[in-house]
Amino acid sequence: MKICIIGCGAIGSLFGAHLAKLNDVTVWAYDPNQAHVDAINANGLRLTGQADFVAQVNARTDAADIPACDFGIIAAKTLHTRAAMEATARIFEDGAVCSVQNGVGNEEIIAEYVPRVILGTTFPAGHITAPGVVNQDTAGKTWIGPFAPKPASMEEVRKLADAMNRSGMTCIPMEDARGALWTKLIFNSASNAMGALTRLPHGIACEQVWPVMLALAQEGIAVSKALDITLDSDPVALLEHGKKVAYRHKPSMLQDVLAQRATEVDALNGGIARIGKEVGVPTPLNEAMALLIKGLEYSWTLPE
Amino acid sequence: MMKPIQRTCVAGAGAIGSLFAGHLADVAVSTVLTRRKDHAERLNEHGLKISGKSERHARILASTDPAALGDVDLVIIATKAGAVEETARSMAGHFPNAMMMTVQNGLGLEDIVAQYGDWPIISAVTFMSGNRRSDMHVEYELDTATWMGPWAGRPADDDRIRAVCALIEKSGLKAQAFPDLLPAQWSKLIFNAAINSISAVSDLPHVRAYTAVEHVEDLGRTVRAMMEEGKAIAAAMGIELYEDPWEMNLKATRHGRTGSEDYAHAPSMLEDVRAHRPTEIDWITGAIVRSARDVGMPAPINEALYRLVKAREASWKFDNHNHRTG
Repeated sequence: MKICIIGCGAIGSLFGAHLAKLNDVTVWAYDPNQAHVDAINANGLRLTGQADFVAQVNARTDAADIPACDFGIIAAKTLHTRAAMEATARIFEDGAVCSVQNGVGNEEIIAEYVPRVILGTTFPAGHITAPGVVNQDTAGKTWIGPFAPKPASMEEVRKLADAMNRSGMTCIPMEDARGALWTKLIFNSASNAMGALTRLPHGIACEQVWPVMLALAQEGIAVSKALDITLDSDPVALLEHGKKVAYRHKPSMLQDVLAQRATEVDALNGGIARIGKEVGVPTPLNEAMALLIKGLEYSWTLPE
Repeated sequence: MMKPIQRTCVAGAGAIGSLFAGHLADVAVSTVLTRRKDHAERLNEHGLKISGKSERHARILASTDPAALGDVDLVIIATKAGAVEETARSMAGHFPNAMMMTVQNGLGLEDIVAQYGDWPIISAVTFMSGNRRSDMHVEYELDTATWMGPWAGRPADDDRIRAVCALIEKSGLKAQAFPDLLPAQWSKLIFNAAINSISAVSDLPHVRAYTAVEHVEDLGRTVRAMMEEGKAIAAAMGIELYEDPWEMNLKATRHGRTGSEDYAHAPSMLEDVRAHRPTEIDWITGAIVRSARDVGMPAPINEALYRLVKAREASWKFDNHNHRTG
């Protein structure tokens, strides 16, 4: 079985390195970061932290050098979904691509490029410490399921989940994986937007702006209900839990803001607001937070 | 016969206070109440220089002690909103024959002043601006008007307010008296609540993006949503706005200094955030949130922005490792 990681940053590397341990799987990786790609090809892809091993991954900066694959796992930032799919679509002419990205809207874009799509949500976290080296900060589960209207078969979904589980990760295949996706989406939208706009880590932001965080989550929950999605846990309880276990953790959007990098807000609060409009559920706060973060991104482009 | 205004005191010699004091010296004995002793000493020794829209070098009597400033007829409180209470407290028992005029952004400062003396009170908002070059020099930047009217809680007489207005105009500044200032105050309040708090949270100066509403991701939509909340509250309070805040937003970004994206006007709250100073959020967006509760109306976006700005203020108390420092 051939699997291609699309966007081999921290999350993509966690999947790629684990899957590359399997004898029956060959892992390819597409990533524009030349130094990271060169290091992976020269020394293997090394995981540290919660995992500690080196795996053989065939990394390429040019998608034309990658053969046809059975599966793709896209872990690119949501901003780069379209560009990444444009570059790699040929690899999956007869394959299925699974998104493990943040937010909503990625699968819709992927479906424009490949015949079969798998919707996914993942919780492991990590960060690149050097070219070819990724520290796994936390382990966590992954949920995957067919994405309508261009679904992969349940058999394919199970096959990919089985490979992930044999590789030491935890993956749960589902007929409808939207519940997991929306649970994380609602949690992330509230936590990330408040972190980005207060410039405070999760726990302290919870203390400072809890009523806003709660209202953001409630809007998202209302949209998920209108979509007939059964959330697999309560996003508000997750936010409260996060306050204890990730008190000083800076959500990724806050890290982006501090580094003045474009954020994933369009797929998070922006995504909830967009879908809210489609289903007629008001989401004024998610919309306002999305626009404030877009305004913040715009502020970096102005001269001093 | 009304006693003419012969002696004035400006409390707080920042940019706005200095503009008032420097001009009033042309038409009255101009005194200044400062917070710092060395500031008062410098003003007494060197006077106060105004440049830019007008040029003058004013003689000033300054002190940190109200008792040293004599029997003044008019006090203009021109400190930051956060310093009004401390300033009013220091004037308690002084200036028995004075009217008090507040010129801060926002709402509710008059109530604070009224607690510390039985002075008649004039509500005012000012649209002029200046750059403070030093303790003794301010550059007069925008020569827009100061608007004033009686404070309903304990109003100064209309003819005395007209006299104050005439005096300020005679001194070379622009002023206008209104029989009721609330319509103008609320227009500016709603405008400021949106523009200032959005800039304080987003770091984005007041540029044309604040008026863009065409696309779903356009920031003007949030500006407009905040203003709609404020307008609904004003309407519920029976206040007919003097000027539409959205029009004020269009005008400010279309004309003058903020009309070009190359020159971006930083609202005062953004300047405070940049300098890690406490902002005036409690009297601006906070006043909208309190009024919303009073009339039983929702203001979710104003409330969210209020909390976000308070959180940004709190964020300065944490070091790079997110441990509390203060």
